[in-house]
Parts: sequence; structure tokens; C-alpha cells
Amino acid sequence: MEESSGSMRSSKQREEMKKVREKTARKRSKEEEEEQDQDQDQDQDQIFNFNNKPAEEEEEDEDLSDSEDSVYSGLEDSGSDSEDDEDEEEALDAAADDDEEEEKEEQAQRTEERRRKEGGVTDGKEEQKKDEYEHDSSDEEDIRNTVGNIPMEWYRDFPHIGYDLDGKKIYKPIRNKDELDDFLDKMENPDYWRTVHDKQTGSDIILSDDQVELVNRLQRGQFGDVNFNEYQPSVEFFSKDVMIHPVTNRPADKRSFIPSLIEKEKVSKLVHAIKMGWIKPRRVEDDSRGRYYDLWSTEDSSILAKHKMHLPAPKIPLPGHQESYNPPPEYLFTDEERALWEQQDPSDRKLPFVPVRFSSLRQVPAFPRFIHERFERCLDLYLCPRQRKMRVNVNPEDLIPKLPKPKDLQPFPTTQSLVYQGHSGLVRSISVSPSGQWLASGSDDGSVRFWEVRSSRCMKTVQVGGAVKSVAWNPNPSVCLLAVALDSVVLLLSPSLADRQVVSASERLLSGQDEVEPAEGAGPVTWGEAEGEELNQGIRLRIQHPKAVHQVVWHTKGDYLASVMPDHSSHLQVFIHQVSRRRSQNPFRRNKGLVQCVSFHPVRPYFFVATQRSVRIYNLVKQEMTKKLQANSKWISSMAVHPGGDHVICGSYDCRLSWFDLDLSTKPYKMLRHHKKAVRGVAYHRVYPLFASASDDGSVIICHGTVYNDLLQNPLIVPVKVLRGHVITHDLGVLDVTFHPTQPWIFSSGADATIRLFT
Amino acid sequence: MGGLQKKKFERGSATNYITRNKARKKLQLSLPDFRRLCILKGIYPHEPKHKKKVNKGSTAPRTFYLVKDIRFLLHEPIVGKFRDYKVFVRKLKKAYGKTEWSAVERLRENKPTYKLDHIIKERYPSFIDALRDIDDALCMCFLFSTFARTGKCHVQTIQLCRRLTVEWMNYVIAARALRKVFISIKGIYYQAEVMGQPITWLVPYQFSHDHPTDVDYRVMATFTELYTTLLGFINFRLYHSLNLLYPPKLDSKAASELKEEDEEDFAMNSECYLEKLSALSASLARVVSTAEEEEAELDQFPVEGEDMEKMEAREKEQKQQEAQKKLFEGLKFFLNREVPRESLAFVIRCFGGEVSWDKSVCIGSTYEVTDETITHQIVDRPNIDQQYINRYYIQPQWVYDCVNAKIILPVEDYFLGVTLPPHLSPFVEEKEGDYVPPEKMKIMALQRGEKPANEEEEEGEEEEEEGEDEEEEEDDDNDDDEEDDEEEEAEEKNLKKMEEQRSQGKSLQVKVTPGKVKVENPARLEQEEKAEEKRLAIMMMKKKEKYLYDKIMFGKKRKTREANKLAAKRKAYDDAEKAKKKKARK
Repeated sequence: MEESSGSMRSSKQREEMKKVREKTARKRSKEEEEEQDQDQDQDQDQIFNFNNKPAEEEEEDEDLSDSEDSVYSGLEDSGSDSEDDEDEEEALDAAADDDEEEEKEEQAQRTEERRRKEGGVTDGKEEQKKDEYEHDSSDEEDIRNTVGNIPMEWYRDFPHIGYDLDGKKIYKPIRNKDELDDFLDKMENPDYWRTVHDKQTGSDIILSDDQVELVNRLQRGQFGDVNFNEYQPSVEFFSKDVMIHPVTNRPADKRSFIPSLIEKEKVSKLVHAIKMGWIKPRRVEDDSRGRYYDLWSTEDSSILAKHKMHLPAPKIPLPGHQESYNPPPEYLFTDEERALWEQQDPSDRKLPFVPVRFSSLRQVPAFPRFIHERFERCLDLYLCPRQRKMRVNVNPEDLIPKLPKPKDLQPFPTTQSLVYQGHSGLVRSISVSPSGQWLASGSDDGSVRFWEVRSSRCMKTVQVGGAVKSVAWNPNPSVCLLAVALDSVVLLLSPSLADRQVVSASERLLSGQDEVEPAEGAGPVTWGEAEGEELNQGIRLRIQHPKAVHQVVWHTKGDYLASVMPDHSSHLQVFIHQVSRRRSQNPFRRNKGLVQCVSFHPVRPYFFVATQRSVRIYNLVKQEMTKKLQANSKWISSMAVHPGGDHVICGSYDCRLSWFDLDLSTKPYKMLRHHKKAVRGVAYHRVYPLFASASDDGSVIICHGTVYNDLLQNPLIVPVKVLRGHVITHDLGVLDVTFHPTQPWIFSSGADATIRLFT
Repeated sequence: MGGLQKKKFERGSATNYITRNKARKKLQLSLPDFRRLCILKGIYPHEPKHKKKVNKGSTAPRTFYLVKDIRFLLHEPIVGKFRDYKVFVRKLKKAYGKTEWSAVERLRENKPTYKLDHIIKERYPSFIDALRDIDDALCMCFLFSTFARTGKCHVQTIQLCRRLTVEWMNYVIAARALRKVFISIKGIYYQAEVMGQPITWLVPYQFSHDHPTDVDYRVMATFTELYTTLLGFINFRLYHSLNLLYPPKLDSKAASELKEEDEEDFAMNSECYLEKLSALSASLARVVSTAEEEEAELDQFPVEGEDMEKMEAREKEQKQQEAQKKLFEGLKFFLNREVPRESLAFVIRCFGGEVSWDKSVCIGSTYEVTDETITHQIVDRPNIDQQYINRYYIQPQWVYDCVNAKIILPVEDYFLGVTLPPHLSPFVEEKEGDYVPPEKMKIMALQRGEKPANEEEEEGEEEEEEGEDEEEEEDDDNDDDEEDDEEEEAEEKNLKKMEEQRSQGKSLQVKVTPGKVKVENPARLEQEEKAEEKRLAIMMMKKKEKYLYDKIMFGKKRKTREANKLAAKRKAYDDAEKAKKKKARK
């Protein structure tokens, strides 16, 4: 540590110096020993002795017994205050302790020598002091105080600062410095910056130049010794050069040339395990994954038969023009289509992608859903049930039934020839006179009009004061009477539009009733005669009903008249009136459903009653029900009976027209669904094999319906013409339809307040 | 008396089906293993006719397999392998847990593997069967070969896929089997005809994939496992059918040529070889080296009942095909670096063209840009600095369009910087009444050998066509009555007017107007009559038939509607273009 500049000196010189010093020291120490023995405890002696203490050390050093005991023994009285020089020495030691550097004895000697030479303090006493620490090593703690490495503040309140080796107190140096002194010292003392306070001894130590230099070196991270070369060439012990002599001359072990028993045991165990198949020998690396051969070299058809049931997966549909990177412009989406595409659920979309156009191939990006699509295909392949589906490959033309040509089924009405205009409300009902010359129509505007068929002139208008629901000419050609239903009244009109004879006959029929007074006047129906103005208009009789009348129908003979009052709750729904006797009767005792319309059998005494879903046929003579026809429709609107009497057609509000063959079954023989909307009226032609249906879709469909006398042959039904002409108003189209009694003409009345004649 | 009561669901269809879970239990497999087995063996669920009966009265949605199928799976050797694998995994885990590394190593070496050869043979008993089902295999292998060699699947799988696809492409080149190519937004579709079977596959564009998270790669990997095996065997057989060596070897001549140039650029010979193969520039070595084998003239066997016309048509088709195979023969192409090299090289070589590219793009280039004999250079950039006079600079679409049109198309439309004509799908075969884009008409005209007419004329033609279309449309849903209605309405109006006048008390203006002579077109009348007849007959159809008829007609109508819509769109577009042109001229 104290390795300053003394290296120049040769070791011999140093040794000489040492010897000299030792001699002198020995002499002195002897003297001191004596004294010490005499009075150790005296303070003065202590002070006196202090300077001589190291001598003892030296003595022991000479004995080469470097025991601590001996070293410390000399420090007994180190507590006393001392001179500057001593302080210096101690500081030196302290520094040595702090740095914990090894200090060689020689180095210590060197420093002593140097100091002696250089420093101005060169008196013998000084020399002696230096010698005391000749063999001091830095390893040792401060040897004077035995308290150890403790915070010195613990001794702050005591007069001593520790104990020496003998357990005696070491007293604090007398400090008379206060803050002011300290400050003055700081200002005046040029060595203040190198003064260090030693806590262990409580003394101030001034560092020498060398020490300062040393501290600086250490701070810089350099070696303390200036002369120490840290980059000395190293001597390699093991090198590439082959040495003549071995490093060790130990003979080889015996076990190195005798086979190992333990290993043998292990191997035999493994061999056994392999033998027993417990351990499988390392498998040959199998690269057969990529090795292929002719798998189908022997194709036998036997396996093929097994695979009959196997369905190969359907292939992915091939891409169309839309998928091109540069599709024709018509395949690109417009804004609306694109918006629609985005709105749609992915499963509903027609295309799973949006067609895009790129101007060149280099601009085409990767398709983001590529892996998805492959994955979905995989899922389809192993998760989708497969099924063989037979595709119906039908030529649609073959499905159309072969029917006789309408041309061959003429005559039938084909064109609209006349329009009867004059009504202001919708025309609910029309009827043609049995002669075929006159047409009566009843409308919602409260009037009944009589038209001449051929000229479309309105001959007569009768204001009846209520929406007319139904009109019906008396089918008897010998009388000229019209029944009109409005509100809860049925009027009998004598329009006097015929020969005088006929008119008089009809008058007679009506007046004949006068003679026969009704036996029971207190029925639900009252007959009354028209008077005054009404009489002038031709109204002859008023038949007052309890409820609103919807339909009136004549019997073929012209004497009986049936009226319908649809009502859910009562059995008073149908009345049959006999005009000649002014008598009314209710044929039914029970309510069998809402009656829609009624009709008389043209030949036999049968009576047809159509309720919502079925048609009942009553025998009027036997007073019993003979048949019930199921119409298979929701709500029957109208009914017509074939002039032969064996066939019935029913129109219904659910667009159907059902043809019943009474001889065949109670189920419809044919259902026709050719109307788009509710069927309002149906009619048979009296002479020609024609029937017609009128519907809310504004069309009248004429069908050819031949009925054969041969019972084995079913009727032939062929639609022959669709007649349009009526304008749909308020969702209502054609309301009623009637054939001309003799000509193949048809009249239709519509919601557009017109009546049209098709010929 | 009486006997045993019959129990429900012990007879009939209930015994023919088995639910997935039950099947799994019967096979003692976990769900993923069961899935794998189904994929490999090609077992798919079946939809029973009466689900409730099969499901023992319950209507819960379940997957059903045929009991027969599951029984068929029971003695499949691979099931045992699956179980072995399960045990292996368990052992390995244990060894890991005990940190017995030697055991781990040993186990790994003895990892159970299985082969799928017998399954392929079983699923595809004849070669043609296998060939028919190869579409998906090709698509999948091409997809996997583009995967990055990290993550999603084993590197070996990717390499194998790449190898197989390269082999396949080389075969298609050698057999000149390619028929159609289509550049779509998804990728490039190719269609080849191998042994009379049309085989279509889709190759994605060469970009790195953005791997989606909602895809089960295990399923895909299982499929790939099967497909690679299948494709390998098919390749083997196909190579042998052409007398080619398998695994493919480059022609000795070509190989030596290649060797000179690029040997030092690539590290390993083994790597290099696949690269050279995948360059698609050299022909393959044959077992029996024939210079150029002559196509044997097909003998003609006149089949009875087949008339001469048909035979001639067939012959003609064959000739055309032969011509198509030699489409690019004698042409020398050079690919610029920005065009998709593999696709173009493949297509050009399939049709007998010579192709090369820049040496730095890929191994296997055969000549330089500076070669004077190059006839076409394929470029996909707006312009190019240095141009040689004696060659065409064209965009890549030309090659594909030529292949699809089966003729060499005029190059004018495909020059650099020119707006390309639309690229049409060759897979669409227009039937009567379908919409045919005008570009297709043009190409068809060219095929027929007509010269491209002037644009104006064409437009005229188009318009005519459209006019026809419209007429057809009318014919389809013409309502003759409509016209009558109109007349009637007019009459009615007249009448109304008169009535009004009458009601207002005015005297009618008696006036005689010259009547119009109605020219009656007898043909039209007849047509109308027929249409009416048909309509009336339709009214009399039975409900079932009517429904079917309506469905068919609805489909037909929708088709025509779509076609008309496309035509209208095209017309609007053309008009807009014309207007723009006019404006530009002004």
C-alpha cells in the first residue's frame, strides 16, 4: 500500500537500513521495558511511555512471532493525546484498514525509509516511531481499541471510547474545539482538506501527499501500486508443446482395463428386454409416405359391385363470368344491388362475393376467404348427408292436358257487343225475361231498370227506394212478372213490357190472389198491395219479411217464389211463397247453417239450399233431405242447376268453381280454379252446353260443359273463353252473370255500374 | 294367444341408422378420431326419411349414420393405429413428466404411423373413379403448397404437396391435357382433360395467407393426408401411362443445359431438382426415349345407328382439339418479372410454346430478353422503356383468352396500357335464351373465321339482338287481350263522352268519321288463337301438375328476366360509353 517511489533503491540497501534501525530500536526498548514494569498505571508514565511502545513490538517482531498479542500489548495507553506525527501514523493505519489492501512488510519498510529521507521530520524519535509499525499489516484491525466495528456514537456520552486489550478504558482525547474553532481551522489551516477524523481514536489525522495520491489512484480505479503491471505476460501451464515429462506420474487404474461388471449387467438387461420384445429395436426410418406404386395394377370388378351405394360427392359448380377478374360491365353490381347484397344474410346471397373489376392482372389481390371456402368444402364432404335426387325432367308442354279445340265447341259468346249504361251504383243482379227480349237489373242506387236487349235502351226505370239485392223474372213465358228483393221486402213488378195478353195474364195472376184470402194472416210474412205512385210504376205486391232478403228465385212453373234471408241464429232463413194464393211458408224447422242461396230443381220437386260449405237437396214432396253435397270450399257464393237437373255448379269466395254430378258423388266431380279472385256468380245456359262464372277479377269465363245422356260418360268440361270488360271498382269486379234464354249470349253486371252483353 | 308384444323402434328404419355418438362409442374412439376416420374412409351421414321414427320419437336434431357404414368401419386396421397413437401419446406424456429423456427419444422413434394405400384402393376401386374425384385433392394440395412453412401444418406435408402439384403440372404439360383457364378473383381455375375426364382445379394467387382463426386445420390436414396419397398414386399411374419416369426426371438434354448455368446459385442438389422441375421449362425424361411420338391415327368404327353427321362432327371436334394442343407452337414467349410466372409458364408450355424469363426470377430460364427470336413478351406494366421491334408486348390476359378461344386472338386489344377486353369464363355454356355477352359473340365470330366487323356494325347487330330479345319477351307473356282492352277502353271513353253530352242535354253531333280498316294478319291471328287455347288448357290442369308447370315456367321466366336485365345493363353501359366518346371528340 505504501508503495511510493522507493523502488529505485536496491534491496540490499534496504536491508542494511533495516538492520540499523532494528539495532537502535532494540536498545531503546529494553530501557522502556524496564520502566514499564515499574509503573504502568501512572498517567504521566503513560504519556511518557507512549512514544516507546512500538519498541516492544519490534522486539517481538524480531522473534518472528507475529502474534497479535504482542502487537497489541504495546498499545496499552494509546488513549492519550499525541503529537501530529503520531496522528499521522495512526491515520496511515486507518487508511490501510479502510482500503483493505495487503501490505507487504517490505513496502512498509520502504515507506518508512522514504519518509525518513524526504520528510523534514528526521529526528531519532521519529525514526523510532516509524519502526514500531514496521511489520504492521493492513489485515489487522485498529489494534488499540477493542470495541470492534460498532457505531462509535454509542460511546458519545462516555468519557472513553473503548477498551484496550487489558480491558482498560481508552479515554477520549480532550477536545477543545468548538464550531468556531473548527471554522477557523477550516479557514486558516492549509491542511484542513487533508485532515481526517478518526472515529475509533477520536483524533484528527492529516494525510500525507503519498496518501492523497494513493486515495486518488484508488478512486480512479487503478492499482494502488504504481509499479504494478497488470498486463504481465501469463505463463501457460498447458500448452501445445509436448512436455518431456508427464504432469502426473500416476499409473493407470485397474478399472480402466478390466471390463465393467455394472455395464455388463445393464447390457444384458437390455438384451433380455429386446429379446422379450419389451424394447423394440430402433425402427428403420420409414419414408414410404412419399413412395408410390401402381395401386390399380389389378383392378377387379368384384370390389366395384360393393360400391354401388356409394355416392360420389358433387363437384363444385364452375365459375361464371361474374367471378372473372375483369368481367363484362353488365356483371358488376350497381349501387342498389350492392346495398341489397350487403343487407342480405350470407346464406341468402345469390353470389358469395361481389364482382370486382381490375384493370390489369397485377392489381388482383389475394382472395381473403380462400381458406374458408376450402374448409367449407371439406365440411361439406364429410358432414353433409348425401342423397340421390331424381330430377324431374318434364317438358312443360306435356303437362298441359289435351282438350278439344274451343273452335270446335262453338257457339259461345266471344266478344263484347253491347254495354248497358245508366245505373249509378253497382249492379248486383240481372235477369233476362223468358222471351229474351228484356233485361231487368237491380242496382245499389235504388232503382230497377228494364232494358231492351238488342238496342241496349233503358225502357223503364223503377225507383224502389232501397238497394236492390236480387231481381228475377218469372220464368213462365205466359206471364210477365219480376220479383225484386230489397231490404226486407220482396216486390212483385209487372213491367207491362209484353203483349197485352201476357200482361193481362200476369195481372190476373196477381189479382187472382185477391179472391183467395190468406187463411192465416198472422205469419211472419205479410202480403200487401202496392198503392198510388208505386202502382203506376208497376209494383203490384209487397211481401214484407222479418229480415233483410238477399235472394229471390222463381220456380220453373212461375207460381212459387223462394226468398232467402241469411241469418245465423234462426231457422227463418228461407221462405217459399205461392203467388197465386198469396201464401208463404217456411219449409225448415231447424237452422242448418247460414243459407247462401237457394234454387228449384228445373224438373222435379227438389229444392237446393246452399249453406256456407255444402249444398243440401230437399225433396219438397216427401219433405226430407235427399243429398248433401260437400263443396270442399270455404264459402259458397252462388249456385246454378243444370237445366237437366243432374248437375250443379257452385261458385265460392275462395276462387273455386265446383261441378257436382248428382249421379256420381256428393263430392265435386271437378274443381276449377281458374279465377284469381272470389267467384260471385255462376250460370248455366238453358239450351247450349255452356256455363259461366263471374269473378271479382273482372273476368267472365265461359266453359263448355257437355253432359251426356250415357251415364257412364262423364261430363266434358272445357273452358272456351275468357271475357273481360268490366272495370274493377272497389275491389269488386263482375257481380252477376246470366245467359240469354235462347241465344249463346251472356250478360254480366259489374261493380262499375254497367251491364255488358257478350255475343 | 297374443304372443310377445312388439316393441317400438326395434324394427324397420330405426335399426338401420345409428346416431353419431353411439357410433363413436361403438368404435371406442374420441370425436376427433372418429372424424378423422370418417374423412379417411369417406363415410358421411345419412338423412333418414322419417326422422322421428329413427330418432325414437324424438325430434331433436341428430346426425345419423348408416349402421352398415359403421359396421364397415369396425374392422378397419387404421382404428387400431389410432388407438396405438393414443397410447403413444400417453406414454410420451408420462416420460416427459418423469423427465426420462432417453425414454422420450425412444418413444418418439417408435411413433406409430399408418398408411392410407389400402383405403385409397378401397375407396377408388378403379383408376377412373379416383381420377374423377381428384378435383378436391388438387385444390387442396395447391392450397397447402402455398402455405408458409411455419405453424399451421408440418413442413413435410407442405413439401409433399408442392412436390405432387409440380408433378401434376408436369404431367399436364407432357400430356398437353389443359383445356381451359380462367382468371377469377379467387385464383386461377384450370381445366384439363385427363383420360376423358374433365378435371378442374383452383390455384390461389401467390400471396401469403392470412390464416383465419375459425378454421379447423386438423380437419384440413386430415383431408390433405388422404389427398396427397391419392394424388401420388394417380401421378404415378399417369406418368407411366405416358412412358415417363416417376419420380419425374428432367430430360437429359435439358438437365445438362440447366446444370451449366445455375448450379452455383442454389445450395443443394436435392433442393435444386424440385426447383428445376417446378420451373416447368424443361421436358421430362421418358422410359423409352422416342423423339416425338406420332399420334396414332384413330381407326374409325362406324357405329350402327350413328349417322355420318355425328361422326363427322366428332371428327371435326377431334381435329379442333389437336389444333388447340398446338396453339402456341412456334411462338417464343418471354415473361417479365411482374407477371405470374408459374401460371403463364404452365399454360404456354401446355400448348407447345417456348417460354423463358429473367435469370434472377427463377431457375430454369432458357434464353435472355435480348434473344431476337422472341415473338411475344408478356408485360404487366403501363409501359416499358426498351422495346424490341420484332416482338409483341402484350398483357398476360392474351395468353389465357387465346387458350379459351382456341385460336390466336389479335394482339391489338392486349397491348400495353390498353383497356383490356373483359375476361370471360370458359366454363359457361350458353343455352338458348341465356344472355350471351357481346364479347363472347365476337370471339365466336372469330372462331368461325369471320373477320371482325367495324364497331358500328357490331353495335347495330347488338341492337337488333336486343330488339329480338324484347320481342321474345313479349311473346312469352303476351296478352293479346290487352290490345283489345285498349280498344274497348277507347270505345268506352267515346261512349262516356257521348253520354255526358246527352246528359247535359246537348244534341249529339252527328258525324261520320271514316272507319279504319283493320288489317288482320292471319298468322298473328292464328298465333293468338293458339296462345289462348293454351291458356285455357292450362286452366284445366290438375292441381299437382299446375304447380309443377308453374314452377317450371317461373324458373324459365326468371331466367329470361335475368338475361334481359343483363342486356339492359349492358346497353346502358354502352350508351354511357358512347356518350363519353362523343364528348371527348367534341
